[in-house]
Amino acid sequence: MIDARGLACPLPVLKVQQEVKKNAPNTLEVLVDNNAAVQNVTRFANNAGYKVSVKELEDEEFSLTLTK
Amino acid sequence: MKKENFFKRHWLVMLCGLLVGGAAVVLTKFGNPGNMGFCIACFLRDIAGALGLQGASTTNDAGETLRTLSNFRPEIVGLIVGACIMAFVGKEFKPKGGSSPFTRFLLGIVVMVGALVFLGCPLRMVIRIGGGDLNAIIGLVGFIAGILVGILFLKGGFSLGRAYKQSKAEGLVFPIVMVALFVLSVAGSVLYVSGAAPGNKAAPWILALIVALVVGALAQRSRLCMVGGLRDSVMFKEFGLLAGFGCVLLAVLVGNAILGNLKWGFEGQPVAHTEWLWNFLGMAIVGWGSCLLGGCPLRQLILAGEGNTDSAITVFGMIVGGGLAHTLKTASSGAGHGANGPAAVIICFVLLAAISVFNIRKEK
Repeated sequence: MIDARGLACPLPVLKVQQEVKKNAPNTLEVLVDNNAAVQNVTRFANNAGYKVSVKELEDEEFSLTLTK
Repeated sequence: MKKENFFKRHWLVMLCGLLVGGAAVVLTKFGNPGNMGFCIACFLRDIAGALGLQGASTTNDAGETLRTLSNFRPEIVGLIVGACIMAFVGKEFKPKGGSSPFTRFLLGIVVMVGALVFLGCPLRMVIRIGGGDLNAIIGLVGFIAGILVGILFLKGGFSLGRAYKQSKAEGLVFPIVMVALFVLSVAGSVLYVSGAAPGNKAAPWILALIVALVVGALAQRSRLCMVGGLRDSVMFKEFGLLAGFGCVLLAVLVGNAILGNLKWGFEGQPVAHTEWLWNFLGMAIVGWGSCLLGGCPLRQLILAGEGNTDSAITVFGMIVGGGLAHTLKTASSGAGHGANGPAAVIICFVLLAAISVFNIRKEK
């Protein structure tokens, strides 16, 4: 799981990119706390061949599940 | 098919880019200084002058001393308030802060000092290119070089740490303070005003305010960022923000061509100098510093309007930087670099290197 809550651009996407490059996981959970990060991570994951489901958690946080 | 998807995905940021470029041309037409329709660095520096943090002046034929860089620019207030309103409408007003605030304050100063060596923020760099100012192309090369250095550190684990949720009140302090100061500047005689150019060159404030409100709202929605465009293209092969950057240039080029303001060349460009080394290094500082901050000066204003107090602190760092740059004579002028410009450039690079190295966080 990647916890990218509270991180400024472009760190949430960068963390996902580095994990995908290093371990190419079949599924990956990413926590973020703003819409821009949700959109950016989703766009990157789609381009990298992942499907993304977004779940809104309490307290303005989002859990993104990336699946190959 | 792919092309259609690209436009479909990124139309908003492209529209915003066109609007920003168009606004710059229109505001210049209605009185703003040449090739400076919408410069965040210049206008924050003018705000520093309005607050008395610098007193740049000139003497007229009658021997009177007139302030040259003092104006509480409505463009800045409009951008912040436009972003704030749009953030509320879109339920994105979510105050956050606490990610290395003092380091960000310092980076705000550094970015401003670098911008005033070049004479413009990344947005004005594009506006200058769109007016035919070839010195700004040297600036662009420096800007790209700075961003590439910033990317190296980002990839190597640089982070200013996470931000945490803040109260609504904390998030609203910055927009409210800026509006209050603006009201003072329009209604009162407390703040300083320019009696000479370029500070007294301004479009009617109501027009500037309305245009900036619209641009601020769209920039909040579209997340337009001059640093993000180049950074994301290199790091993620993601070209949406870069398309926004390109649209600013396109609109300014076309606008200037229509109005007959397009003059290609190095010499005699408005509020610009021809020293390529300082143009290059000034923008390299801006690129590197903005990369570490996570966005260009425009983006910092918009984020501050959304309640991001780290960005609010960065903006105040930029205002203080605008004051320092003129009181310490590090800012350039049309004649060339300031007396202390070279020393300031060296200090800025040392600070950037130290901040970059000491904030590399190893993964647990």
